[in-house]
Amino acid sequence: MQKTADAVIVGGGVNGVSIAYNLAKRGMRNVCVIERDYLASGSTGRCGAGVRAQWGTEMNLRMSMASVRMFENMNEELAYDDDIEFNQGGYLLLAYSDEGFEQFKKNVALQRAHGLEVDLLTAAEAKEIVPHLNIEGLVGATYCPTDGHCNPFKVTDAYAKAARRLGAKIYTNTTVTGIRKENGCVCGVETTRGYISAPVVVNAAGGYSQDVAAMVGLEIPTYSERHQILVTEPVEPLQKPMVMSFHHNIYCQQSPHGSFIMGLGDPTEKPGYNIEASWQFLQEMAEKITWLLPPLRHLRVVRQWAGLYNMTPDRTPILGPVDEVEGFYLAVGFSGHGFMLAPAVGVLLAQSILGQETPIPLEPMNLSRFARGELFHEPSVV
Amino acid sequence: MRNDENTIICRCEDLTLARLRQLIAEGYTTLDEIKRISRAGMGPCQGRTCRALIEREIANLTGTPIKDQPPAKYRQPCQPVKLAAILGGEPHAKDS
Ligand SMILES: Cc1cc2nc3c(=O)[nH]c(=O)nc-3n(C[C@H](O)[C@H](O)[C@H](O)COP(=O)(O)OP(=O)(O)OC[C@H]3O[C@@H](n4cnc5c(N)ncnc54)[C@H](O)[C@@H]3O)c2cc1C
Repeated sequence: MQKTADAVIVGGGVNGVSIAYNLAKRGMRNVCVIERDYLASGSTGRCGAGVRAQWGTEMNLRMSMASVRMFENMNEELAYDDDIEFNQGGYLLLAYSDEGFEQFKKNVALQRAHGLEVDLLTAAEAKEIVPHLNIEGLVGATYCPTDGHCNPFKVTDAYAKAARRLGAKIYTNTTVTGIRKENGCVCGVETTRGYISAPVVVNAAGGYSQDVAAMVGLEIPTYSERHQILVTEPVEPLQKPMVMSFHHNIYCQQSPHGSFIMGLGDPTEKPGYNIEASWQFLQEMAEKITWLLPPLRHLRVVRQWAGLYNMTPDRTPILGPVDEVEGFYLAVGFSGHGFMLAPAVGVLLAQSILGQETPIPLEPMNLSRFARGELFHEPSVV
Repeated sequence: MRNDENTIICRCEDLTLARLRQLIAEGYTTLDEIKRISRAGMGPCQGRTCRALIEREIANLTGTPIKDQPPAKYRQPCQPVKLAAILGGEPHAKDS
């Protein structure tokens, strides 16, 4: 393995490879990614694959809108020899209380101010978009037609191939076991295959971000939480948009391939690293989804699994440099929406590392926001 | 058409032997990686047919014997089951 690098990225999920590609594209010669297992083996390969711009804070909104535009052109931009399978069937978000609907109105006002095409709908209008939706108790909804679904394995593969073509090296089956620093600056990483000295180290370790930060003696407020999900057999096209209810804490989308993917958030889940799937989830999911989308009762579940959300106290990622250790960068704490943000995250992190101006300011998302007490209040998370 | 182009390895997801060989040559050398990039083993039968075939082909092309290949995870349910059946509202019969 190489002995030196200009930047080492810890973690071969979608964010790690996106950052690597963007650094290499901007001229950094010697970039390497270290992945413990194989690419997309972490949260990326376990995610619901949903992509939406309907967010409630300006930062998530701007990053996700930029990312949607990049997904739209990604096959060409990355000269991908396959297809990332980006399918824009929209997202229908449901509100079951007046309070929830008031929040939606605020979100839509913000989203429109940023140029997003999004509509506020009555329950009846929502049913026109998804005719098999049970609208009992539904107060209203929002719909954005450019939201959708994209294949996370393929996106990771596309970035990895493009990064390699630009000279980046990706080491799989290799674990980062330590990070060395001197006089407050990082100087390299220890791995199971040897030491690489580097002035820049990026923590893109997903569910293990807090452990990698601890390697430079940095305590960060991220923690991990199991989230479960299942997929059904593929069937004829039946449902165009993703249907998401914050009240029920569930989401359900038919993938371009025909299968239905659905998941839910469990408020009783304890922080930890458990990624085993449970039968309790299957039961709860079946109850909720057959109530919300009754015809789905006829579908057969073929597989269930689980993965980690890397959470932050304000459910917004932590991005950029840290005051405590020079050369150490964070792209962590995606709180369940780090796949859809990865295109923008790659650009922003690369620009920040190279000392270039970022089109979306990164400072508000820095780690120091917690010390300053300037937290975000993202209302729209499952 | 080459012979391996009409040999189907994964019946659920239509993975051909030719495509499998190409993926292994590109560096996807474990069952998990091949599953994730090609969907092989993700269909209704959950890999009951293709797993062993893929492992054997990996062994043939990379020289890593099956016993040394990292095993892919078996995920529940072990048989496709209707959401309604999970709720107890409908009998779970194979042909229903
Ligand atoms: C069930 C579920 C559904 C989700 N649905 C969505 C969705 O619909 N849309 C969306 O945008 N997001 C979704 N997410 C969240 C999304 O999966 C993550 O935010 C995103 O994949 C994070 O990508 P990443 O590259 O930061 O991390 P990961 O993909 O987790 O990559 C981090 C990598 O770092 C590696 N690593 C860790 N420690 C080390 C070490 N010491 N040395 C070397 N390597 C190391 C790991 O092996 C891992 O591969 C979902 C997540 C789950 C679990």
